[in-house]
Amino acid sequence: MAVDKSQVDYVAKLARLEFSEEEKEKFVGDFNKILQFVEKLNEIDTENVEISISSYPMFNALREDEVKPSLSLDEVLLNAPDKENGYFRVPKVVD
Amino acid sequence: MHYLSAHEIRDLLRKREVTAEEVTRKTLERINEVDSKVNAYLEVFEDAIEAAKEIDKKIAQGEDVKDLAGIPMAIKDNICMKGRKTTCASKILENFVSPYDATVVERLKDNGAVIVGRLNMDEFAMGSSTENSAFKKTRNPYDLERVPGGSSGGSAAAVAAGEAYYTLGSDTGGSIRQPASLCGVVGFKPTYGRVSRYGLVAFASSLDQIGPFTRDVEDAALVLNAICGKDNKDSTSVDVKVEDFTTYLNKSLKGVKVGLPKEYFGEGIDNGVKKELEKAIALLKDLDAEIKEINLPMSQYALAVYYILSSSEASSNLARFDGIRYGVRAKDFEDVVVLYVKSRSQGFGREVKRRIMLGTYALSSGYYDAYYKKALKVKTLIINEFKKAFEDVNLIISPTSPSVAFKFGEKADDPLKMYLSDICTVPVNIAGLPAVSIPAGLSDNLPVGLQIIGNYFKEGEIISLAHGIEKALSLNLRPNL
Repeated sequence: MAVDKSQVDYVAKLARLEFSEEEKEKFVGDFNKILQFVEKLNEIDTENVEISISSYPMFNALREDEVKPSLSLDEVLLNAPDKENGYFRVPKVVD
Repeated sequence: MHYLSAHEIRDLLRKREVTAEEVTRKTLERINEVDSKVNAYLEVFEDAIEAAKEIDKKIAQGEDVKDLAGIPMAIKDNICMKGRKTTCASKILENFVSPYDATVVERLKDNGAVIVGRLNMDEFAMGSSTENSAFKKTRNPYDLERVPGGSSGGSAAAVAAGEAYYTLGSDTGGSIRQPASLCGVVGFKPTYGRVSRYGLVAFASSLDQIGPFTRDVEDAALVLNAICGKDNKDSTSVDVKVEDFTTYLNKSLKGVKVGLPKEYFGEGIDNGVKKELEKAIALLKDLDAEIKEINLPMSQYALAVYYILSSSEASSNLARFDGIRYGVRAKDFEDVVVLYVKSRSQGFGREVKRRIMLGTYALSSGYYDAYYKKALKVKTLIINEFKKAFEDVNLIISPTSPSVAFKFGEKADDPLKMYLSDICTVPVNIAGLPAVSIPAGLSDNLPVGLQIIGNYFKEGEIISLAHGIEKALSLNLRPNL
């Protein structure tokens, strides 16, 4: 599989990133090189192989739903680029 | 004094031959003296003296302090420390101040550690040379024209240059072991789940693991004692008994079966690296270990699996950096989508964007099965192959890095060439196994690293072999700074 500039545009949109035309050109090249490299995996027949999520058996880690101290409002908003009255401030989202 | 080990400093403190304050002042002086050349630190905490004084008070009052108490150390800048910046060497987090301590930081503080600073790294831990830092170029203490490796390049260089007695880093595909190898220090990646990742900024959550850089194997055991263990704040941390790892030092290696995987000594490994490794392996025979050639043919696919899985996870993990709750928010936006796009495009560096793009592509509709799912299946085969190997041998030895430290810019323009730096370390992360890199010697006056891979939760066995080899080699490497 190989990508072209229109696919780079599509993926950039999904990833919420933008690039200059020059960067896009470079991307197409880098991308195809990396994809060509990972296509090495097609040498292996994985027809009857199960996927592995974790490397050794892991189980759901359940716990009691208890109320415990958490970060204060001030701490939560400490790094907010814009805030007002204890809320994160963002541009209008709904018309 | 800068080149003493942490356990030697501990002994001096206990005998009251030095105070923690003196040791800390000396470390800060050393940083002041050499870091303009090495550039390991992003920030130095001058107020660390206060923490040191607290320890001195306790010692003066006759309190029993822990092994790491009063010893200056530093932390990779993707691990959160309350009230300090955590930037991941990225412009997008340039001003981020952590509201909490990572679990490892909490544990180190409980052990009396004196934290003297934040260390440079490849942006978001993506890279093998620390050239991807948005802030500075860390230099290899053995040759300032060369890279320290990465992504934990600052952590490795600081220990090598005597600017900290030990440091913490993180390892997703080799980011502890490869820089340790290039800087001639010990770098330990524990089993996935051994150490809590709470407070470590996520790159690829199924692969990331925190571990120590130290001057010798005994120090690695001491730091592992402090940081390992189940944590309720990280549901992937595992409830396996944390033994006292120092009990694995000075063990006989008689009958220990060591596997040498043919594939890790073949094409692509520099001759100088091979030569140093062969010398170290020859010593094993004198230590009565049994050496066996083994085959790990699936390992050649690990790098491809790694780039699909780690980039996919990164694209998902880094979606949180959108300029809303934290991080830098771009100016001039008409709506919220433009705000996201501009903040991310201005805030992330080139390699980070490349990985997000690759991961987004691999997870996108129509390609998921061909890339992501395929990679998870090959992961199964890699795991099974290691499991089978460990039926025959206790431990596996390989080179850590295929080459010694390379020059700045040498691989920076070719992502694939850079990715190959991790060819010997990546399979270990895919399988979730523990491994260490220890110095094996010098090739052209640059350090060569030897990797020891163990079975799940067998960090102790790794320590026994690593300590045996370290004693037999007795290298005591030091850069000429």
